[in-house]
Amino acid sequence: MIPNLSSDKIDVRYVAKLARIALTDEEVDRFGAQLGDLLEHVNALAELDTGAVPATAQVVESRNVVRADTVRPCLDREVVLTQAPQRQGEFFRVPRIIAE
Amino acid sequence: MSEIRLVERSAAEIARDVNAKNLSAVEVVEATLAHVDAIDSQVGAYLTVLHDLARERAAGVDARVRAGDRLPLAGVPIAVKDNMCLTATRTTCGSKILERWIAPYTATAVARLLDAGAVPIGKTNLDEFAMGSSCENSALGVTRNPYDLARVPGGSSGGSAAAVAAREAAIGLGSDTGGSIREPGAFCNLIGFKPTYGRISRYGLIAFASSLDQIGPLARTVEDAALAYDAMGGYDPMDATSIDRPLEPAAPSLRTDLRGLRIGLVREFDTKALGADLDAVYRRAYDELAKLGAEIVDVSLPTADYGLATYYLIAPAECSSNLSRFDGVRYGLRVDAPDVQSMYEKTRAAGFGPEVKRRILIGTYALSSGYYDAYYVRAQKARTLIARDFDNAFAGCDLIACPAASTPAFRFNAKSDPYSMYMMDYYTIPMSLAGLPALSVPCGWVTPADGTDPLPLGLQLCAPLFAEPLLLGAAHAYERATAYAQRFAPLTAKAGA
Repeated sequence: MIPNLSSDKIDVRYVAKLARIALTDEEVDRFGAQLGDLLEHVNALAELDTGAVPATAQVVESRNVVRADTVRPCLDREVVLTQAPQRQGEFFRVPRIIAE
Repeated sequence: MSEIRLVERSAAEIARDVNAKNLSAVEVVEATLAHVDAIDSQVGAYLTVLHDLARERAAGVDARVRAGDRLPLAGVPIAVKDNMCLTATRTTCGSKILERWIAPYTATAVARLLDAGAVPIGKTNLDEFAMGSSCENSALGVTRNPYDLARVPGGSSGGSAAAVAAREAAIGLGSDTGGSIREPGAFCNLIGFKPTYGRISRYGLIAFASSLDQIGPLARTVEDAALAYDAMGGYDPMDATSIDRPLEPAAPSLRTDLRGLRIGLVREFDTKALGADLDAVYRRAYDELAKLGAEIVDVSLPTADYGLATYYLIAPAECSSNLSRFDGVRYGLRVDAPDVQSMYEKTRAAGFGPEVKRRILIGTYALSSGYYDAYYVRAQKARTLIARDFDNAFAGCDLIACPAASTPAFRFNAKSDPYSMYMMDYYTIPMSLAGLPALSVPCGWVTPADGTDPLPLGLQLCAPLFAEPLLLGAAHAYERATAYAQRFAPLTAKAGA
């Protein structure tokens, strides 16, 4: 069942952490209220009897798509790297990930 | 021929004359660029105008025609929504996070139009990452409705719609996830056409909600929409979701009556709820369908009312996943920080606008542990029920007719809370969830309560999967029998904008 949201408020800070978005305190309040409103609307889905209904991920044709494992042209590395915020030689450069 | 007359011509007329060498693509493009330079500061349709590329491509089209090629879109100026890639041009998605991003390749749909002789005039404004119904969510510009500059053009493909309505292009490319071609089509008195899911390749379309996104044309005539569809459609190995079956061209199926067709009116979509003015327009539109020979029948979509709730779980869930790629590492904006985690968080905080953040948050929540089954899976099951409703309805009719939007174009800042904006897509979302081809065709005018100029309304027609020729054929009959689409927007600014 869909949880009853009047007693289950969204922890916006936690969700924002999962989504990798820094929020201001003002945004936490505003988005929290707006997302709460939206979830009240979507709770209408609880009225539908979906017990025996299969889920639809994609409507038209579901099939596996494979292709031959052959070498094909790809984007030029120099062209792609011109769009990098920061590069080092032929690599994307990012802030330190592993502590010294 | 004067510039204004040239830019008012349909794509079909332009292509015919360029192929016949009565007109050059260069002449068309020069007239179009001059017109854009003169009026786009009022309309704001384009984020980027491609003067040099357009001239170069037009010269190339003329050379191909001189060499004996016959091109279905020879010299036709097109406007490309700025979430579709075009090599070596800026592709922003209306977002600060991609404001300076240069696309390294071209979207298949765009490439196919260019191969068919079309000339790209520019990249058009949109709600950021195609999330919105008014273009007001763009971080990079304001687009105004050419029929009333104090009103929105609709969205998210509002820039392409405004460009075509203002004759700044003959055909506009849009993308439709929940109504983003059909609603701006209705607001700007155009044909706004979303084909069957998978019919047109999305390779090079920056993804929003992958199980729903579909590219399609906006045009001033049904014939032009059909020409664009025929040129763009068909299998593309670069898009694993594109449908691998032959495309039946729509242009040869355009008809002038509706005899032998059963058109279903949806019992649950009672237009009285839209107010007396809109109700009168839609009732007249349904009568016009009957006068053209259609048999009007009653159909039921009992689950369609749950479309909005279903959509606002599925689309944000998919967007939260798709937009995770914008993290400041490989392209786009980066906000520097001492560690990679805060670099991600600060980059995305600075790069995304409020609507995109809201949708990422709701999607992340709906997919998070403990809520996935309750929200996301339940929405996918509701989606099954909605698709089944259409299957049942199409057992009793050939096409469905209903409004394209619940209001005409509204004023800027009129929808302050997010849900009231989401409601704009009430009539278009069910078809998107079911993957069906649907379009908006001009069906009349309403005068706003404040007495300002009349605003256009759109009739939505929807067909079974892959029945695009039938759908466009019927829309053509309606367009020809009525004159609504021929009332073009004024090209001079009105005060009050």
